[in-house]
Amino acid sequence: MSTEAVAVQEKKSEPLFSKKNRKLLSNPLDIDNPVTVQVLGVCSALAVTTQLKPALVMTLGLTIVTASSNLVISLMRNSIPSRIRIIVQLAVVSLWVILVDQLLKAYVYDISKQLSVFVGLIITNCIVMGRLEAFAMSNKPGPSLLDGLGNGLGYGLILMAIAFLRELLGSGALFGFKVFDAIGFKYQGNGLMLLPAGACIILGIIIWVQRSINGYRESH
Amino acid sequence: MENLINIGVRSVFIDNMIFAYFLGMCSFLAISKKVSTAFGLGIAVVFVLGITVPINWLIQNYILNAGALAWLGSDFANIDLNFLQFIVFISVIAAIVQLTEMAVEKFSPALYGTLGIFLPLIAVNCSVLGAALFMVGRPYNLAEATVFGFGSGVGWMLAIVALAGVREKMKYSNVPAPLRGLGITFILVGLMSLGFLSFLGFSL
Repeated sequence: MSTEAVAVQEKKSEPLFSKKNRKLLSNPLDIDNPVTVQVLGVCSALAVTTQLKPALVMTLGLTIVTASSNLVISLMRNSIPSRIRIIVQLAVVSLWVILVDQLLKAYVYDISKQLSVFVGLIITNCIVMGRLEAFAMSNKPGPSLLDGLGNGLGYGLILMAIAFLRELLGSGALFGFKVFDAIGFKYQGNGLMLLPAGACIILGIIIWVQRSINGYRESH
Repeated sequence: MENLINIGVRSVFIDNMIFAYFLGMCSFLAISKKVSTAFGLGIAVVFVLGITVPINWLIQNYILNAGALAWLGSDFANIDLNFLQFIVFISVIAAIVQLTEMAVEKFSPALYGTLGIFLPLIAVNCSVLGAALFMVGRPYNLAEATVFGFGSGVGWMLAIVALAGVREKMKYSNVPAPLRGLGITFILVGLMSLGFLSFLGFSL
């Protein structure tokens, strides 16, 4: 499965890091995946995946926000009073989201329109908050940055897998390129794949496949 | 009045937060194992949505929109504060959630015990911020925004209680091991979402 391939690539490209830090990057891609195992950030994973292009932009946006908020919160972690930590975290996250949103509006306006509210919803994306709470609040800045990157990429991996299947089966295209027409095969797009229902069922099946391979089990 | 009923019905059934927009999925999946807890969380979401959407409407229309500050005097007529939207909305939501938590703790300690850590999570429930952002994108007035917020909450509650009911029964069926838990839940949500499609085109 592509999961392992990406994990291996990731390890090769970061030879300077210790084994423990490499784990931070590679675990979220497979056995600790934010979407399929930790059940975080599901809303946007389903909503922006009718086509590959918005899914890719969303992945980049989320990875940037997760990694940089993890870094900032980790730098501030010793001076945040625990009673008001949620609001401090939200403020930091929304700062990064505003930056990403303004950049998208400035450079890729049509995709920004297509993503509509979902860029803003990165603020409440549970992956960001979940990683801040679970990791950045108790770890040094370096590992926190890697953890944020890893989780962003793990999320992106699932997002791209869903978007690939939905765009291919739903409209017979990849990145807007009509694949089936190009090879001279007449394909009638399956409208179900473009509907919310199709996304849920595909994600259910992806989880099934992934767990059959890595052996992760859940009791009811 | 007819318009209001129409918006209410639309936001509960057709533009259902879960089945049409996938908003608030995280808590939807995590807290739908028992009907009683699901119902409690649903009530809390209805309450938070019913309050935050009209408040955010007021903020958007009297403070954030381009030229909305004209009521302060002509000097302020050219100010556009739209870029502050996210941070202002999320602060309002976080504050209201804090209030709800305090109210629930005081009036229903039993419910507080069951909801416990989930209440603060409503602040990061995407359906709350999502409803506020949808509201901005549509030309609603204050009454319509209130009905929309309330209806979205009711739709969310309907969805979570329905899913919890199905999952309680699922305990007795023999699901393939790798599909157990999250996998089968997603497929269930997909099928329920198909069912909700039958409301499409339904208007009063």
